[in-house]
Amino acid sequence: MDENDIIEIDLIIQAIHLKYGYDFRGYSKASIRRRITNMLTKAGFDTYASMLHALLIDETLFNSLLKEITVNVTNMFRDPEVYRAIRQTVLPALKGRSPLKVWNAGCSTGEEAYSIAILLSEAQLFPVYQIYATDIDEQVLKEAKDGIYDLKKIKDFTSNYQLSGGLESFSDYFTAKYDHARISQQFREQVVFFNHNLVTDSTFNEIDLILCRNVLIYFGSELQNRVFKLFWESLSPGGILCLGSKETIMFSDFADRFEALDPTNKLYRKK
Amino acid sequence: MGYQAVVIGASTGSFQALKIILPYLSSDFSLPVIIVVHRHRHSNTNFEHQLSQFSSIQVLQAEPQLPISGPSIFVAPPNYHLLIEEGRTFSLSLEKPVHFARPSIDITFETAAQVYGSGLIGVILTGANEDGSYGLTEIKKKGGVTIVQSPESAAVSEMPTAAINRSAPHKVLAVEEIGPFLNTLDS
Ligand SMILES: C[S@@+](CC[C@H](N)C(=O)[O-])C[C@H]1O[C@@H](n2cnc3c(N)ncnc32)[C@H](O)[C@@H]1O
Repeated sequence: MDENDIIEIDLIIQAIHLKYGYDFRGYSKASIRRRITNMLTKAGFDTYASMLHALLIDETLFNSLLKEITVNVTNMFRDPEVYRAIRQTVLPALKGRSPLKVWNAGCSTGEEAYSIAILLSEAQLFPVYQIYATDIDEQVLKEAKDGIYDLKKIKDFTSNYQLSGGLESFSDYFTAKYDHARISQQFREQVVFFNHNLVTDSTFNEIDLILCRNVLIYFGSELQNRVFKLFWESLSPGGILCLGSKETIMFSDFADRFEALDPTNKLYRKK
Repeated sequence: MGYQAVVIGASTGSFQALKIILPYLSSDFSLPVIIVVHRHRHSNTNFEHQLSQFSSIQVLQAEPQLPISGPSIFVAPPNYHLLIEEGRTFSLSLEKPVHFARPSIDITFETAAQVYGSGLIGVILTGANEDGSYGLTEIKKKGGVTIVQSPESAAVSEMPTAAINRSAPHKVLAVEEIGPFLNTLDS
């Protein structure tokens, strides 16, 4: 990447915003530039300028490359200790809320949202609950709604589930077919997946628990502040925010509007 | 303009090499030192703490948005790529491993070269992997100083050998010579 490459890459970021409305301008620069460089190699363009032009006239190309920019890696019960803390501390603290409302922001292919659905069903603390799961990438949202995962992944899911303190027979939550498994209808019905952009879309109402994990690490600090404001406004009093392992609210403008419930597991409560 | 930062990449054998290099850097070594080592993703041993046992400079784990300034040694957290941002802060990423490695030395070196240009010093140490040779080449292209531990003095020679072949570094030094040489660059 030389100086001109950087100018062209930044123009691509501008162009995506103008043409498709996805605003990546406030994302961490080094990180997003690198991912656009990866796109260049993958899509087989020689120059950023030619890729810029192709992206403007070919929406299908844009959609296929969106995945590269957004980083979709996820897992069920990712960081099992966090789910253990949610079982032991968070859910009991929210007891009595009805209906309990959970928002999973940046849900990718749905693993995180279904993990929460499983926790809530096992906890039996809430007679009525609703899980909203959102992302900006239509492709991952579609996969999330289908809830179909490679059998190879299920092994990993199962061991994470057990590490998180799960005691049930995990395979009962899936129906297996050939080389894949589908999460049971019961859980698919409990989660509503839809498109929502943390950068440009508005707040939710009276959410009790927000999980937004491994999304804000890709955001610059100004953009993080915007999102923390959005979360603060969306949470009900005493509502809880759960961030990813390397994300913290403590250096942001909103540090004093939340109290640390469990800083190791990145759990914060709205004051 | 003088040098502004040091990046060090290492894999297998890194601890022993750093144990020889870091004690040469006195507490007033003014440049921030950023260390990327490959370690097991679930490694619980506190690498930062172990390094601080023989370093007179404070050793911290690199965190997002932490300002990069010396005297400090920053270590990449396991299982994340570590990137250097324009405002001289860190960012992390969970993108796929590169050369089977996360953190990837190449990614940190390349983004650091972007920010520090000719003010950067890059060092590749022992390891059984080709990671770092691309990043070191980027540092050289941007006018930075490049150093590789001599393969003979390395616990595992593959990584230094790959870096030497690909980037033709400014200096190939025995592990004991690296610390003293870094001191001469800190003005
Ligand atoms: C690394 S995944 C995290 C998945 C899951 N939360 C986890 O921790 O395993 C990041 C997700 O954030 C989504 N994302 C990125 N920018 C976003 C935005 N502005 N608004 C909503 N989602 C976003 C990406 O599409 C991607 O699916």
